[in-house]
Amino acid sequence: MQITVCIKQVPGTSEVDIDEKTGVLKREGIDSKMNPYDLYAIETALRLKAEQGAKVNVLTMGPPQAEAVIREAYMMGADKGFLMTDKKFAGADVLATAYALSQGIRTLGDSDLLICGKMTTDGDTAQVGPEIAEYLQIPHVANVRRIHEINEKAIVVEMNMAESVEIQEVQLPCLITVEKDIYPPRLPSFKLKLKTAGRPVKNVTFKDLKDRNEMHYGLNGSPTQVLRIFPPEPNKTNEHWEGSGEALSKRLAEKLHELKFI
Amino acid sequence: MAKIIIHQDAVKDPQKAVSVCPFNAIESTEEGLSINAACKMCKICVKRYPEIFEYVKDEAPSVDKDLWRGIAVYIDHIEENIHPVSFELIGKAKKMAAKIGHPVYCLLMGDNVGNMAEELLHYGADEVFVYDKPQLHHFRIEPYAAVFEDFIRKVQPSIVLVGGTTVGRSLAPRVAARFRTGLTADCTVLDVQENTDLDQIRPAYGGNIMAHIHTPRHRPQFATVRYKIFDAPERSNTKSGTLTPCKIGDDKLHSKIRVLEIRKKEKVKSIEDADIIVVAGRAFKKEEDLSMAYELADLLGGMVATTRPLIEAGWSDPRMQIGLSGRTVKPKLIITCGVSGAIQFVAGMNNTENIISINRDPKAQIFDIAHYAVIGDIYEILPDLIARIKAGSTQQGTS
Repeated sequence: MQITVCIKQVPGTSEVDIDEKTGVLKREGIDSKMNPYDLYAIETALRLKAEQGAKVNVLTMGPPQAEAVIREAYMMGADKGFLMTDKKFAGADVLATAYALSQGIRTLGDSDLLICGKMTTDGDTAQVGPEIAEYLQIPHVANVRRIHEINEKAIVVEMNMAESVEIQEVQLPCLITVEKDIYPPRLPSFKLKLKTAGRPVKNVTFKDLKDRNEMHYGLNGSPTQVLRIFPPEPNKTNEHWEGSGEALSKRLAEKLHELKFI
Repeated sequence: MAKIIIHQDAVKDPQKAVSVCPFNAIESTEEGLSINAACKMCKICVKRYPEIFEYVKDEAPSVDKDLWRGIAVYIDHIEENIHPVSFELIGKAKKMAAKIGHPVYCLLMGDNVGNMAEELLHYGADEVFVYDKPQLHHFRIEPYAAVFEDFIRKVQPSIVLVGGTTVGRSLAPRVAARFRTGLTADCTVLDVQENTDLDQIRPAYGGNIMAHIHTPRHRPQFATVRYKIFDAPERSNTKSGTLTPCKIGDDKLHSKIRVLEIRKKEKVKSIEDADIIVVAGRAFKKEEDLSMAYELADLLGGMVATTRPLIEAGWSDPRMQIGLSGRTVKPKLIITCGVSGAIQFVAGMNNTENIISINRDPKAQIFDIAHYAVIGDIYEILPDLIARIKAGSTQQGTS
C-alpha cells in the first residue's frame, strides 16, 4: 500500500504585515513552519504504515527551502519526500495549486490513499484537497475525524458533519482530509533525524510532469486574481471605560439595560 | 501576447531545428536555442518539432460572459431543514442580481425534498431547480458533484454561491475544479460589477489581511460564504418564482462511497444560534471560575463560548470555540471576559452587533474592535455585575 501525504510550508506566525506603498506582503524575516494541520495528516499515514506496512510519501510544492518540511516529515517517519519546485508553479491560486499537485502525485506511481490536512493556516481555504481528488478522478471525504478500518480495497472513515457523524466506506484509491485530533501527532525524533540526514529529497519540476502546458500552472493557470490586499478596518465606534470595578460594573449594567438585554 | 517557448532538453540536433524556420528566427547558442525578433509566429517550428517548440498564449482568452446568466445559490440542508446560510445567500444574490438584471436561481438536491422546494418560493428566488432522487439521500461527493455539474451545464449561471458548511466546503471545490474555474472561500464581502465580474473580499493569513479577489476570465464564478455573514431576507407570506423539476440519469449517480451509519451527535445547542454570547478567555485562572461566565450567560439568556487556549486546557468543548479554527458567530451581543483578541479569534466574531470587552490591559487587541472597552479585572467586575443583574431582575419580578 502506498500513501501520499500533501504538506505545505507556511509562515511561522500569522502576524504578517503589508507594505503600505506596494501592497505586497512583507515576508522577509518571517520564520516558516509546517502547516500545523498537516502534522495530523502525516500522523494518520504513519499509523496506517505501522498497521498495514504501507509506504508513506510526502509531497510539497514551494520554494527550495520548503525542503525543511519534508525533512521534518522524515523525522516523524515518512519514507520518501518530493519537492515540487519550479518558477512555472509560482503565483498559483487554489485551482493551479491543486492541478500541479495532482500532476506531481501522478509521477509517484499509484497511491492507494491520499491524505491532506483539513486546511492551511495561511490560505485558510480547505479547498485544495477536494480539488486534487477531482483532478485525479477519485472520491474524497473531507473532515475525517476517525478511521475505523482499512484493507486493500476500501477504507471506512468517520466524517464529521455539523449535527451528525457519517460513517462511510470508500473504495480505494481515494483522498481524505483529516481533522486535527484524529490522532495526536508524534514529535520529530532525534534518532530519525540522524538516520534520515542523508536521505535525498526528490525534486519534481515542470519537466517531470506529464502535462507540460505552461498555461495550466502558476499564475497562468489561476482563474482567480488578487486585485488588492489591505489591512482589515478597525471598528469605528469605540468607547473606553476606566474606573473601579464597582463603577465599571454599574456602568455595564446600565448599558445592558439601555441596549435592552436586561 | 502569445509566444513560442523552447523545451531545451528535447533538442537533439540544434542545426536541424534552426533550419526549419523560413525566417531564420531560430538561433543556436551555447545556452541552447533561442528565438529572435525575426519570428513571424508562423508556427512552422511548432508543427515540425512539437516536442521542442510550444506555442503559448500569455493570457487565456476570456469566456463569453453574456452566455452566463443568473446568480445561483446552492441550498444546503440537513435532512428536512434548509440550512439558514442558504437564505442569507439568497438575500445577497437578490441584491446583486438587481444590479445586473439577472435572475436568482436556487439549486436544491436531495431525496424527497418537495417541502423544502415549496418553502424556498417564500424567499424571492426566480427559479428553483430541484433534483429529487433516492441516490441523493445522503451526501456523497460523486453524485452530488454530478448533479451540480448537470445544473451548471443546463443553466449556465454567472455566479454560484455556496454556504461554507461541511457539505459546501467539500462540494464547491470539487465542482469548481470540474469547470476549471475559480473559487474563493469564506468571502465576507461580495459585490458585482456591471460586466458581471464578482468582487470577492476574504480574510487571509488568519484574518490579518483582507484580499480582494476576482475571476476575470472564467465562468461560473464560485464563492463560499460562512453562516451569519449576510442577512437573510424576510420570509414572504406569498410565494413567487417557479419550481423546475430536473431529471438526471441514474448512470451519473454512481458512487464509490457507501454510507454505513449516521450517528447523531449529542444535542449541544450551537453557539452560532445564540443571540447573546459570553466569551471566557485566558484571564480565568481556574476552571471553577468559569462559573461566573456561565452565571452571567444564564442571566442574559445566552451561551458561553471560549477561546482556543481554554479548549487546549480542556476546560471547554471545541464546539464552543470562536475563531478561524472554531465557529463564526454573529450574535446581537458579545461580552468578552479576559480575552486578548488575537486576530484569529476576532475573525470569528467581529460582525457582532454589540461588542463589550472586559480586559485589564488597556492595550489589549480586543479593544480595537470593541464598541465598549471596559478596562478592568473580570474578578472585580463580573461578580458585581451578576449581583446587579440579579437585584434588577428581582425588582422587576416583584413590581
